[in-house]
Amino acid sequence: MSDITKQSLTQLVENIKNKKLSSTDITKAFIERSEKSKELNSYITDDFTSALEKAKKFDQKPNLNLKLPGVPMAVKDLFCTKNIKTTAGSKILSNFVPTYESTVTENIWNEGAILLGKLNCDEFAMGSSNETSFFGNVQNPIDENLVPGGSSGGSASAVAGQLTPITIGTDTGGSIRQPASFTGIVGLKPTYGSCSRYGIVAFASSLDQAGPMAQNVRDCALLQEVISTYDTKDSTSIDFKRKQYSKELTNNIKGKKIGIPKEYRIDGMPKEIEDLWQKGVQYVKDCGAETIDISLPHTSYALPTYYIVAPAEASSNLARYDGVKYGFRAQGENLIDMYEKTRSEGFGAEVQRRIMIGTYVLSSGYYDAYYLKAQKVRNLIKNDFDEAYKKVDAILTPSTPSSAFKIGEKTNDPVSMYLNDIFTVPVNLAGLPGISIPAGHDSKGYPLGLQIIGKAFDEQNILNIAYAMEEKIDFKNKITDWWIK
Amino acid sequence: MSIDLKTIKHISKLSRISVDEKKADKLAGDLNSIFDFIEKLNELKTDNVEPLTSVAETSLKLRIDEVKSKNIREQIVKNSPQDNEDYFVVPKVIE
Repeated sequence: MSDITKQSLTQLVENIKNKKLSSTDITKAFIERSEKSKELNSYITDDFTSALEKAKKFDQKPNLNLKLPGVPMAVKDLFCTKNIKTTAGSKILSNFVPTYESTVTENIWNEGAILLGKLNCDEFAMGSSNETSFFGNVQNPIDENLVPGGSSGGSASAVAGQLTPITIGTDTGGSIRQPASFTGIVGLKPTYGSCSRYGIVAFASSLDQAGPMAQNVRDCALLQEVISTYDTKDSTSIDFKRKQYSKELTNNIKGKKIGIPKEYRIDGMPKEIEDLWQKGVQYVKDCGAETIDISLPHTSYALPTYYIVAPAEASSNLARYDGVKYGFRAQGENLIDMYEKTRSEGFGAEVQRRIMIGTYVLSSGYYDAYYLKAQKVRNLIKNDFDEAYKKVDAILTPSTPSSAFKIGEKTNDPVSMYLNDIFTVPVNLAGLPGISIPAGHDSKGYPLGLQIIGKAFDEQNILNIAYAMEEKIDFKNKITDWWIK
Repeated sequence: MSIDLKTIKHISKLSRISVDEKKADKLAGDLNSIFDFIEKLNELKTDNVEPLTSVAETSLKLRIDEVKSKNIREQIVKNSPQDNEDYFVVPKVIE
């Protein structure tokens, strides 16, 4: 039984289809390991009892034609799950029980998967270390007192720690790719409009995307083909021909042109990251692809742009939390007092900070200088990519400017925390797909990731490049189970 | 530029988040360091650049305006912070 949780999603699906394992066997194994792993604090809410019931029910009449037959799976607590508490990592939603299901999770259950529970995340997905969660920080399975990254920190920790075979996160500025890189797993941020945002607690609507976080590229491709559907309930969902990503997956990337953007070679970047990037260049060449030096001249303006656009949208999206219709309410002397106390007590410090920034940049007299300016620069950033894609098929960069850091190391300096997302944010601003794959370790033995950025809707291409590189890299995650006493 | 305490009070009122003196001081410090970082955008001349409002290059689709969710009043009020079968309850607004 003990090795069940070490298996990849693809292996588990195969073993269920060949009747070597039952859904109950697998579900039990992941529940047992999750119970022993409370120290990681990956879960906010578990649903183990009903997961086992569902697994037993599946085994009585198994439908083996499904893509995720009887596979248990925990998901980020930002996805609304019907009748299961959904908190977004916030006190203000700590008692919220949705009466409907998000489209992405609905797609997953329709393919036979079973909900294990809801995974910890930064409050409203605002953070890069999972330290802003109302439900406490999450441990990185790689080492004690190490952040798992964020905002999908619980998701990354749960996959790397083998508490779930695979999961979904959301990515507004790097929240899938950065924690994937910090924990030695694969994370895909799909093209904007590829996965429905219906039923996902909104942070910044023009940037938010759901995506898979997995142990390997094939698993990631399989989950992407399940969650990516056109949905009329999301007005920005795009109706394009989606591929069977896992079926069409190939390691043949001969002749592909891969861009290496010089602006990602930033001042003060550790040599280990530079070396890893060079190794990545060699790997893609070994696979028969060609690398081309390119320029994305506005890269250094991406983070300042993001820290106007994202808080502006957040301040608008989070206006709905007023203590009236759902969520936490503080008592006040009158209606306005109730609003102000509810929001002051219900939101954590980082969320309040971002609402304030957003409110300021949208306020009368400052809109043109900040918000409009940022939207213009966003266009320049997107144009950089459009120009680059006239010459190349994909772009290779590091995923993060450093490996995972210690809990508490960056909490007092918001700007140094924001710099974590320097390589991931441009992709969200341009609406492109990006995937982070584990590519090596630093001197401390912590994982480091490489990012492959694709053209819009070209998920298949970056999955193929990632798949080919994965074979060459042959990365092994060093999980010692230090938290199991 | 510098965000002073008066501005913090103004933004806190606009965003309906109550802020005491201590919190206002901390926020002013944080926001100033963040805005110092954002000021970098002023290096760029953008007079002739169009703002990007959406990366999704499609126009919004039209659909028939019809009610799809019916009889869900119970679901809607289910999560209200103060129990009442039919309404959302708020502190008294009219004397």
